[in-house]
Amino acid sequence: MMKRFFSVLFSIILLALSVVPCFAGDKKDYSHLRGTTLNVYNWGEYISDGAEGSLDVNKEFEKRYGITVNYSNYESNENMYNKLQSGGANYDVIIPSDYMIAKLIEEDMLAELDFSNIPNYKNVMEKYRGLYYDPENKYTVPYTVGMVGLIYNAKMVEEAPDSWGALWDERYKGEILMFNNPRDAFGVAQCYLGQSINTENLEDWDKAIEALKEQNHLVSSYVMDEVFNKMENGEAALAPYYAGDFLTMYDVNPDLAFVYPKEGVNFFVDAMCVPKNAENKEAAELYINFMLEDEVAVANANYICYASPHANVLESDDYDLKGDPVLYPDEENTPRTEMFENLDYETQNYMNMLWNELKIEGNSNIDAYIGLSTSLVLVVVYFVYKFIKKKRREAMY
Amino acid sequence: MTRKTSLGGKLYTVLIFIFLYAPIAVLILFSFNSGKSTAVFEGFSLHWYEELFRDAATLAAFKNSVIIAVVSSIISTVMGTAAATAIFGYKNKLLKTSVMTTTNIPMMNPEIVTGIAMMLLFVFIGGVLGKTGTLGFTTLIIAHVTFELPYVILNVLPKLKQTDAHLAEAAQDLGCTPFQAFYKVVLPAIMPGIISGLMMAFTLSIDDFIISYFVSGPSSQTLPIRIFSMTKKKVTPDLYALSTLIFLVILVLLIVSNVVASRGDKKLAKKGGAK
Amino acid sequence: MKNKSSLMTRLAGAPYIVWAIIFIIVPLCMVAYYAFTDKSGAFTFDNMLDIGKYTDTIVLSVWLGLLATVICLVIAYPLAMIMANKGPKKQSTMTMIIMLPMWMNFLLRTYSWMTILEDNGLLTTTINSVVDGINKLTQWGIEPIHLINTRGAVVLGMVYNFLPYMILPIYTVMLKSDRSLIEAAQDLGGNKFDVFKNVTVPLSVPGVVSGFTMVFVPSVSTFYISQKLGGTGTTLIGDIIETQFQTAYNYNLGASLSFVLMILIFICLAVMNKFSDDDGGVVI
Repeated sequence: MMKRFFSVLFSIILLALSVVPCFAGDKKDYSHLRGTTLNVYNWGEYISDGAEGSLDVNKEFEKRYGITVNYSNYESNENMYNKLQSGGANYDVIIPSDYMIAKLIEEDMLAELDFSNIPNYKNVMEKYRGLYYDPENKYTVPYTVGMVGLIYNAKMVEEAPDSWGALWDERYKGEILMFNNPRDAFGVAQCYLGQSINTENLEDWDKAIEALKEQNHLVSSYVMDEVFNKMENGEAALAPYYAGDFLTMYDVNPDLAFVYPKEGVNFFVDAMCVPKNAENKEAAELYINFMLEDEVAVANANYICYASPHANVLESDDYDLKGDPVLYPDEENTPRTEMFENLDYETQNYMNMLWNELKIEGNSNIDAYIGLSTSLVLVVVYFVYKFIKKKRREAMY
Repeated sequence: MTRKTSLGGKLYTVLIFIFLYAPIAVLILFSFNSGKSTAVFEGFSLHWYEELFRDAATLAAFKNSVIIAVVSSIISTVMGTAAATAIFGYKNKLLKTSVMTTTNIPMMNPEIVTGIAMMLLFVFIGGVLGKTGTLGFTTLIIAHVTFELPYVILNVLPKLKQTDAHLAEAAQDLGCTPFQAFYKVVLPAIMPGIISGLMMAFTLSIDDFIISYFVSGPSSQTLPIRIFSMTKKKVTPDLYALSTLIFLVILVLLIVSNVVASRGDKKLAKKGGAK
Repeated sequence: MKNKSSLMTRLAGAPYIVWAIIFIIVPLCMVAYYAFTDKSGAFTFDNMLDIGKYTDTIVLSVWLGLLATVICLVIAYPLAMIMANKGPKKQSTMTMIIMLPMWMNFLLRTYSWMTILEDNGLLTTTINSVVDGINKLTQWGIEPIHLINTRGAVVLGMVYNFLPYMILPIYTVMLKSDRSLIEAAQDLGGNKFDVFKNVTVPLSVPGVVSGFTMVFVPSVSTFYISQKLGGTGTTLIGDIIETQFQTAYNYNLGASLSFVLMILIFICLAVMNKFSDDDGGVVI
């Protein structure tokens, strides 16, 4: 922990030193953007925010360019898409995952980036450019990459799991957490069943929902970032989640351990994009460029613990997680991976429908019906009783 | 005329008060935790209060909350008072009942329905105008005014009923314009109702989460929305520090208002006695 | 003169009436509009038919809400009676004590319960250590308890959050009702229970009705409490609605569920009001 603190402190000093030459080196003049605001919409716990002496990236950006950053969070890609699609809110920078980017591009919701405003794009590693969702590198700048894996509490499980099957193990009833978004949750089930996570065969989805429904009574709750506190406090034994977040949890609770299940896992890239209706596109590009600066990228990578697609981060001496076996497994330990692709509309709708079904699974309980009908009967009896009493009294008078 | 409460009654009261305060006590205790955990107390520190005050987003959300509460409660008080006087004056029975029924809707309706109904309206209007980003400060204020209005009206109406209707007429006969009559005679009489309506509107606005959750945009996060997004993430004790501060502020406000009110009562009692 | 002033009062009401039409009536029409159209805006009954799938959820929501309301009533009634019998100074202090938690944001209060009820939280660990002790002394082998993510926890959250809304109206009505009636009944030789049944209870009915409304409505429609304190199998109608508007992007289904929820609640309130009407008749 101490080491991390010093390295962060060091990077702040470095950054402070770099501010002056940065201004001198900037070819473009961005002073006309002073006083404007920038709406950034990002995942929770997904930026270095100044906690415990880390670099406060947004504050630093505001200080340097005089642009106010309105920073808000979403908890899943679907949550973000919903807000964007409703048209109720305008955002300038969003950081969705691969399949969501493909969907947004398909629906013509992303703006093409002006890469002359993002010279730091050169720092992005070659292997993370031109991926399927943006083959011509027009819309996106990768922010983080990672894999999904299985986090478990070594003190709470009887033997170290190596398969997704552990999430279907009756012994851990009530101690299992599960993703609270359809794509990731189905992804886990599909990996477990040995299907492709991009299958468009509806029968495969039926089998996957069967598995999830079967699992439902073992699951204590469906969570997204609530997983941090639950796993850190030892509230649950097993949870599938993103590898980077495991490292954050491990920092608090060393009983936790991590495994890439043998059936294979999902590999993802989260990339920065600018929506078409952004009101401050130039500032958005400036922000994206800022995020790619070495010091900022290192601070972010140290803070959020996801693997970085930034070449200089991996080289940097300030990077605490250099060569971390979870984030950067060697070839031998690299699991079989598959990326999410954007599903066709029929499959998406089908998936959403199944997901709704899963959420209300287990609601049918006979006691609620009995209780409610009993109270209904009581109310009716009461009114009948009153009515008869009234009639009788009237008859008496 | 007061009767002594039995021992069982006292015990019962104490138990309920413990039930009401236990969770708050837990929040306050863990706000002083030196560790990161929200479950294990490791030692006393004020560390999380420092963290809280460095958290620009929370401070900004607090500022938004106050601005929205002030603006919306003033608008709703002015409009609500005017509406109450008008409703009070309506002779047409159908008009009166239909206005009162409409007024009751936001109070009876579940907040979630009010919230989504408003959101649908705003999004629909935005769609018609071909504009995006409709949700923001303006929509928040409109929504808050809407759910505060019934409370203002229901606070002012009873006071109007208590006021002698002939007073205003007398004032007009003595040469006041209707507006002057209202301003000089009716308004002072219904002032207590207006003030309690204003206070109620303000507190409702500051505390509202559900309706705001559906009609707010990226630049208009209020404190409750900020708290919501904080509990959706990894929760650290700075959230507890925030709740402790909120609790203390409310405690002080309540005590002050109680003292002021009881002093006022005493004064009134004295006046009454002098007569 | 008279006409002029009535014209003025009419004008004073105009802004509110316009406001109420645009922001109270029209939004409800929007809910109905979305409930009966599909994504392209064409008229359809599909959303409404889809609701059949959610019968279990609706029944569960109403049941848990009703349970919470009844528990609130049972807890609140004696307390309100005790309060109404105290001296004025004690009364105002007690009112303050009850109101104070109500003013704290309910998200924070609910979250706090979550930490208390968790398996490693204060309450559960305390109870379980007692259970452990008993198990060691005896051969009973009581199972350790588990509180979080159960329906009980959801009901507890509702009771905790909305209890003051039940206490205060009942207390206010009891305070306002004529004490002398109760005393007269006692003087006339009614025993304690008869006085309670025939005088105190009927007099307090308006308070009970408004308390019932103020607890039942938010309990049935809650989503935060069930998300934080409930687990699988405690999804309520509020959760489903929230999901449709916040993540699933299915406004039509969400609107139709809200529509049903609204009608359901209005029916419940109408039944409740019938109670108070009836009893009002009995008293007189």
